[in-house]
Amino acid sequence: MTTDTTVAEAGSAPRARLSPRKRKKISLAIQYAVFAAVVVMLAVIADWPAIQHAFFNLDEARKAFPDILAVGLKNTIIYTLSGYVLGFFLGLIVALMRLSDVLPYRAIALVYIEVFRGLPAIVVFMILGFGVPIAFQDYEMPYDPYGTVALALGLVSAAYLAETFRAGIQAVPKGQTEAARSLGMSQGRAMFTVIVPQAIRIVIPPLTNELILLFKDSSLVFVIGFTLSGYELFKFGESLSTRTGNSTPLIVAGLLYLCLTVPLGYLVRRLEAKQKRGRV
Amino acid sequence: MTHAVQVTGLYKSFGDLEVLKGIDVTVEQGQVVCVIGPSGSGKSTLLRCVNLLEEPTAGQVFVSGIELTHIDVDIDAARRKLGMVFQQFNLFGHMSVLDNVTIAQRRVLKRSKSKATEIGMRNLEKVGVAEKATQYPAQLSGGQQQRVAMARALSMDPDVMLFDEPTSALDPELVGDVLTVMRQLADEGMTMLVVTHEMQFAREVADVVLFMDEGKVVEQGPPAQVIGNPRHERTKSFLHRVLNPTHVEETAPSP
Ligand SMILES: Nc1ncnc2c1ncn2[C@@H]1O[C@H](COP(=O)(O)OP(=O)(O)OP(=O)(O)O)[C@@H](O)[C@H]1O
Ligand SMILES: [Mg+2]
Repeated sequence: MTTDTTVAEAGSAPRARLSPRKRKKISLAIQYAVFAAVVVMLAVIADWPAIQHAFFNLDEARKAFPDILAVGLKNTIIYTLSGYVLGFFLGLIVALMRLSDVLPYRAIALVYIEVFRGLPAIVVFMILGFGVPIAFQDYEMPYDPYGTVALALGLVSAAYLAETFRAGIQAVPKGQTEAARSLGMSQGRAMFTVIVPQAIRIVIPPLTNELILLFKDSSLVFVIGFTLSGYELFKFGESLSTRTGNSTPLIVAGLLYLCLTVPLGYLVRRLEAKQKRGRV
Repeated sequence: MTHAVQVTGLYKSFGDLEVLKGIDVTVEQGQVVCVIGPSGSGKSTLLRCVNLLEEPTAGQVFVSGIELTHIDVDIDAARRKLGMVFQQFNLFGHMSVLDNVTIAQRRVLKRSKSKATEIGMRNLEKVGVAEKATQYPAQLSGGQQQRVAMARALSMDPDVMLFDEPTSALDPELVGDVLTVMRQLADEGMTMLVVTHEMQFAREVADVVLFMDEGKVVEQGPPAQVIGNPRHERTKSFLHRVLNPTHVEETAPSP
């Protein structure tokens, strides 16, 4: 509405007031000035040596290596990837159930998605870490802690991945199914040879996004409780920080997370740009 | 001899909308039957009911003497006898041209890879796009894609080919290539049921032309009769509109 009046005014008196372009320039200049003032103030107020000692202490950082890579980073990667693979297939199954003609399948899928998307991940991890071993004492989870972690992360990510797959499957034109069926393929055959491969291509960017989210969620699995060899990045950095009373290991852990997630984020943007240009 | 396709008393409704209101069609072996009619008259629905992409509300469909609408029929097996070519081509975008024409042969007919490739290549050659075998559908022109779609259907050795406006999505200069291949198929004795707006094609190639309006077959017979000398008023006005697209209605009131 403001634009309307501006246009009207500009029409009646072309050079009477500030043009929108001039006004934009001034507004930008003010924003830069405020930003610069804040930076200068922070630089003056902050106690830089103290900050450096607490967060960027090179001696403490050095102590974290190489175990933070050999244990923390390694476990974060293993946990995340195993959870993702499990979540990928479980999510695909849930998505297919969600789109099924069979009402009970749809109902189960819907309940699954709502529960695991609605629950905080940490609650699921706690239940799996403490509740399940007590309730099922006769059973032993294979490859612990890796089995339990993969299951925990898989169950949580499957709910999100299922919704992504569903969107992808629905984005494949109906004509693809019809062409497949007209060639004599059954519903299931058409789904797996024609629809799902194209659906996955369509949702590769969001799938990669969910991998990034899972890298971060994997920092919560410490609540399942491990020994030192099972620590992932966050728990490793956190325990070292607690022991030494210095936050630097946490900063190192944080930077290592970024080393994983930032390139993936870049990849997502690349893939999205590529899709926008019309080729997958 | 059994009819290639026989449709009797076919009704189809989408919810409250009754689209087909009692259709009877027979296609003899080796015949080319063209279906013409205004938009929304139910031509596509009829074709899709013939291979049961749509479930008829009532009526029967026989293909080579087998009743597809029978509850005990294995519809996937029965459909193999029917090839279908769509207006929008519907090639599988994630597969090369060669994979498009071999995938169903291998997965459905369980042909060996070499046999499927041989048959697929032969059909690609027949429709004139063999040199595109390794490319992807998105790299082909519309006319080439539609010819690949034909090769894909032909590779399943169908008894009958169904065409739903195969040239309507094409640029005008590409229509000829596709019609040429269809003409060639007809000359080879392929049984064809074709929904089309190409009156020239229908006139020259069809054995029977069938005019549909509002879910009913209004008129059918040899092209010389239905297109050349229509008896029904609705057929006349439809043909008049199709053959003189820029013509202004004389009945329009003038000031
Ligand atoms: N799946 C569907 N659900 C609901 N209505 C449908 C469906 N398919 C077709 N229809 C309706 O049925 C009627 C006939 O459609 P159909 O596609 O058979 O017409 P057509 O003769 O092929 O027209 P055109 O020449 O435009 O392709 C139309 O009113 C259409 O809206
Ligand atoms: Mg149609």
